[in-house]
Amino acid sequence: MFRSTVLICGGTGCHSNHSGEIYDEFVNQLAANNLTNDVMLVKTGCFGLCAVGPVVIIYPEGAFYSTVKVDDVKELVEEHLIKGRLVRRLLYRDHKTEEMTKALSETNFYKKQTRVALRNCGVINPENIDEYIAYDGYQALIKVLTEMQPQEVIDVIKASGLRGRGGAGFPTGLKWQFCRNAKADETGIKYVCCNADEGDPGAFMDRSILEGDPHAVIEAMAIAAYAIGSCQGFIYIRAEYPIAVSRIRIAIDQAKEYGLLGKNILGTGFDFDLEVRLGSGAFVCGEETALMTSIEGKRGEPRPRPPFPANKGLFGKPTILNNVETYANVAQIILKGADWFASMGSEKSKGTKVFALGGKIVNTGLVEIPMGTTLRTVIEDIGGGIPHGKKFKAAQTGGPSGGCIPAHLIDVPIDYENLAAIGSIMGSGGLIVMDEDNCMVDIAKFFLEFTKDESCGKCTPCRIGTTRLLEYLNKITSGKATLQDLDDMEKLCYYIKDNALCGLGQTAPNPVLSTLRYFRDEYIAHIVDKKCPAGVCKALLSFEITDACKGCTLCARNCPVNAISGAVRTKHVIDKSKCIKCGVCMDNCKFGAIVKK
Amino acid sequence: MKSIADIKAIRDKMQAQIVNRDNKDAEQETRIVVGMATCGIAAGARPVFNELVDQVTSRGLTNVKVTRSGCLGMCKLEPIVEVFVPGEEKVTYVKVDAQKAKDIIARHIVGGQVCTDYLIGEE
Repeated sequence: MFRSTVLICGGTGCHSNHSGEIYDEFVNQLAANNLTNDVMLVKTGCFGLCAVGPVVIIYPEGAFYSTVKVDDVKELVEEHLIKGRLVRRLLYRDHKTEEMTKALSETNFYKKQTRVALRNCGVINPENIDEYIAYDGYQALIKVLTEMQPQEVIDVIKASGLRGRGGAGFPTGLKWQFCRNAKADETGIKYVCCNADEGDPGAFMDRSILEGDPHAVIEAMAIAAYAIGSCQGFIYIRAEYPIAVSRIRIAIDQAKEYGLLGKNILGTGFDFDLEVRLGSGAFVCGEETALMTSIEGKRGEPRPRPPFPANKGLFGKPTILNNVETYANVAQIILKGADWFASMGSEKSKGTKVFALGGKIVNTGLVEIPMGTTLRTVIEDIGGGIPHGKKFKAAQTGGPSGGCIPAHLIDVPIDYENLAAIGSIMGSGGLIVMDEDNCMVDIAKFFLEFTKDESCGKCTPCRIGTTRLLEYLNKITSGKATLQDLDDMEKLCYYIKDNALCGLGQTAPNPVLSTLRYFRDEYIAHIVDKKCPAGVCKALLSFEITDACKGCTLCARNCPVNAISGAVRTKHVIDKSKCIKCGVCMDNCKFGAIVKK
Repeated sequence: MKSIADIKAIRDKMQAQIVNRDNKDAEQETRIVVGMATCGIAAGARPVFNELVDQVTSRGLTNVKVTRSGCLGMCKLEPIVEVFVPGEEKVTYVKVDAQKAKDIIARHIVGGQVCTDYLIGEE
């Protein structure tokens, strides 16, 4: 029996901050103090508070240590594990209250969350199937195989109101029903696929689930296979997620060893096998038809629907494709019942949603909230607000396919319907927070650069349309556009939306349309006044030295292009023809004598 | 290949091991806190702590958590064990040893009777 348990986050965020070395140091220190048999070391998935990683939690106290370094391990072992004293300097501090928080569950970050899909992330060792089983893992599969008919499984999922977490929000039970009803060809083959090709900039929900709780996805896929009558599954995951790939592979091997995958699962006569397919990171391969084309070994390009994958999908067979987070909810719904799941969330959006919080926010990380929670709760309470006391301007949801939520709509409850009504989408769950220093035209430009690069080129509206759209935006941010251009650009947006082949093109203009809807004044400021109100677009800026200049020469010495001249103790001057607007002079001036206009 | 019974057995075995990793139901559970500062350890708190954990595990008391605290300020009475049962007043035992720890689990935690002979007031 272990006296204490040390959980060390092995998610990507903490891993890149050397949590692997912290783990090794714990092994050494425990051995040196003869504690190897008393203390259990567990490398877990993401805890969610990536901003303060690497994170270490020591139970039974539940002490929550943040930004731990390798050098701190010795002190943690000697003070906490041997003497039983908390190492206060390493305890997490709440950003708002500045209070030291002992346990993770006491932080504001955790109190307002409801963890369903993330329930095991940061709790279990993802590379040990026994730990997953201890937290009721594979009990849902056993229940389904021994007590339920396939149609009953689908009925439960339908009744729960679970909808696709990849972004579009299609009812999962209905999707399974279509595929179950679809007639297979003479081979009788149907496929179950998992979309783990998370491509939105700033999104890492699916990655964290696969890194922290891979068996939950495997179990759910097996349940889905039983429900639709399939015996083969594929997980399509991008090769840029090496930790997730390695953990899902380990998990599949362990499940096969236990007879939870393969032939005659648990002696019930049900067969299901699972394979991993790696994507090379093309954004379009997150689109369902392109993803399946890619699994088939062809170039990842979408095709028109119908026929829908439920009838004619992978290799032309009936196929279901669900997102990682959707699957992560399934086993819990089977075990706890549809009513339990439907009791969370809003009227038409049930359950919870995971968001990856990023951008101008204190607690960068992973959060799971019941549907219908307001953006204000997510940003101010869970996220800890905007750093440096800046003002909240807007939040971008849904990545390059989504739109922005402006500050005056911060109290809108987040669910599929409300987000669509205000011109954004739920999306897969990236949530990028912007403050007063962000230029909305620049943001739209950023996303258009992304979709232009990622357009697969198969259909003209997307291939040429996104390029032209980006040209308009470049014209605006360089101050060369006219109001006519603005109107033409808006028309082009709707044209692309109506004519593109797949979701990528159809949603690509969304960042432009939604910023136009709420921040048209900023576009007009760029076009008419030739000014960027947030001071981001370089072509519209000019740096000037005011009379506050003391002539210290610091700016002139630091200017990379020697654009500043002036004698010692006299006011300096910037040569605007040479200035590249890098802002180095402003950063270096000790007297605040340089202004951006 | 494992059978359904095997999976259930793994689950039961592992649940006993991970029991101290859950502090969700902190409000409903009984907490046994052992003073384990230098004074407590020097007075013999470690065997007491180990005995308490063993007893709780072997009896399958899932709603009881054994944890540590620092120095309570009464070093001459160490090892000190405090018991927090939800809805009841805190009970403080002093000069506990492994045998008394076993007693505390049997009589107080399981039996519901405070072991008055080990109490701080009796010292």
